[in-house]
Amino acid sequence: MDKLLEQFSFGLFFWQALLFIGLLLLLRKFAWKPILGAVNEREEKISESLDLAEKTKQEMQALQTQNENLLKEARAERDSMIKDAKEIASKMVEDAKGKAKEEAEKVMVSAHESINSEKAAAISELKTQVAAFSIEIAERLVRSELSAADKQKALADKLAEDINLN
Amino acid sequence: MNKLWKILLVAVALIPAVSFAKHSTEGEAHKAELTKEEHRKLNTEYVKHHTLDSHDFGLFTNEETGTHIGFPLPVILWDDGLHVFMSSAFHAEEGNEHGVAESKGNYYLIGHHDGKIYSCDEHGTILEDVSEDADGKEVVSEIKPLDLSITKNVFSTLLICLLMFFLFRSVAKSYKTGLAPTGVAKFFEPIILFIRDDIAIPNIGEKAHKKYMVYLLTVFFFIWFLNLAGMTPLGINVTGNIAVTAGLAIFTFLITNFSAKKDYWMHIFWMPGVPVPMKIMLIPIELVGMIVKPFALMIRLYANMLAGHIVLGSLIAVVVYFDSYLAKGAFVGLTFFMNIIELLVAALQAYIFTMLTALYFGSAAAEHAHEEAH
Repeated sequence: MDKLLEQFSFGLFFWQALLFIGLLLLLRKFAWKPILGAVNEREEKISESLDLAEKTKQEMQALQTQNENLLKEARAERDSMIKDAKEIASKMVEDAKGKAKEEAEKVMVSAHESINSEKAAAISELKTQVAAFSIEIAERLVRSELSAADKQKALADKLAEDINLN
Repeated sequence: MNKLWKILLVAVALIPAVSFAKHSTEGEAHKAELTKEEHRKLNTEYVKHHTLDSHDFGLFTNEETGTHIGFPLPVILWDDGLHVFMSSAFHAEEGNEHGVAESKGNYYLIGHHDGKIYSCDEHGTILEDVSEDADGKEVVSEIKPLDLSITKNVFSTLLICLLMFFLFRSVAKSYKTGLAPTGVAKFFEPIILFIRDDIAIPNIGEKAHKKYMVYLLTVFFFIWFLNLAGMTPLGINVTGNIAVTAGLAIFTFLITNFSAKKDYWMHIFWMPGVPVPMKIMLIPIELVGMIVKPFALMIRLYANMLAGHIVLGSLIAVVVYFDSYLAKGAFVGLTFFMNIIELLVAALQAYIFTMLTALYFGSAAAEHAHEEAH
């Protein structure tokens, strides 16, 4: 212990303390503060970036789900639209078909009617014509018959017989 | 790494031109005439001498011619006035066989046994002061002026301080270009972060550690670099000097006590959670502990570094001592191995000093968080 104390050099202690304090102050200003500041800044930046990345990821996910939903909705809408269109189209076709049928029926009916009326007209005309022809034939026949007296008598008899029979 | 080399070059260039000086002639006794006993003693002296501080920066000694290669350093003394001269004035030469330096009418010489400066007369006789102690006995003490010289250790510390300043300033500058480390910062940033994340934060706490970081970082690199400087063949032994470690320990002590919060003082003067008689008994123990902690810091670093130097010096002396080349080779190997261990110890001691300092700061900065453990 005595030897330790004897070896203790005050001059060295003094200079070393002075140099150390000087070094401490200089390094604080020129080294440690900027270094620790830069390191802290970087660490903050890194953690911020990580947070941002996480946030972005979540946003992306949200966006993706949103997109998917939108897509789904759009798809559903499209499907329903297609379905509607199909329905409308088939209805239209049905309608058109029905109308055409109706029309055709109508046409047929009117055709039938006109045919019938034509037919009736033609028949009545034919009847009158036939009647006229028969009258003419009968007239000619009667005239030729009546040209002979017996024939006139026979006819008159026959006619009378017919009337009697009636 | 380019920048680091530049800084090292600057540091080397700062060393003034190497001068040659012829030292005392007493070491000229021929080696061959020495007995084994004397040889052993000489080696012991040699190793011891190399762990001590000195007033000039010796680089190389040729014992056969007594030539020392190195450069002188300024001597600053306070002896009823300021005396400043270069240590080359102590060199023994023709007309000044005892190596007496003269300044403003006072004479000084360096004591051979401890390397300290003593007041003397012009013939080299050390002046003595006779005083009476408390019992009335006469006490004879040699007169020593107050020595504030720039010694080898002060000079080495100055160099290391300059190196550290330029080195860490360049580290700091490298962050200006971008936040990613470049150059030397790539090497030093993990160490700085290690001190912050594994020493400061676990021991002091997330919130309080910031104000202690400057001291912890400086003390770690200061000790580490000086330890490494001690590994160079220049024979620097700064951290193995008790004045240096005492200075560092005192800083830790002062910072601990001046930054201490209420809880720290509570633990010393009124230990919570124990009965009152125990509280009173614990006061002196805690007070002693307050002093012992930095004292242990001082002794640990000093003893470790000094022991490392002595072991390495002894092993090198053994290499010279043996005649057999086989033994020489074996001890060169052992010395190499010890060197690697010392390299580890250099970092380890810096780590331990910083770690324990952080631990003491932690106890000073603790606020209630510690209380919950009781």
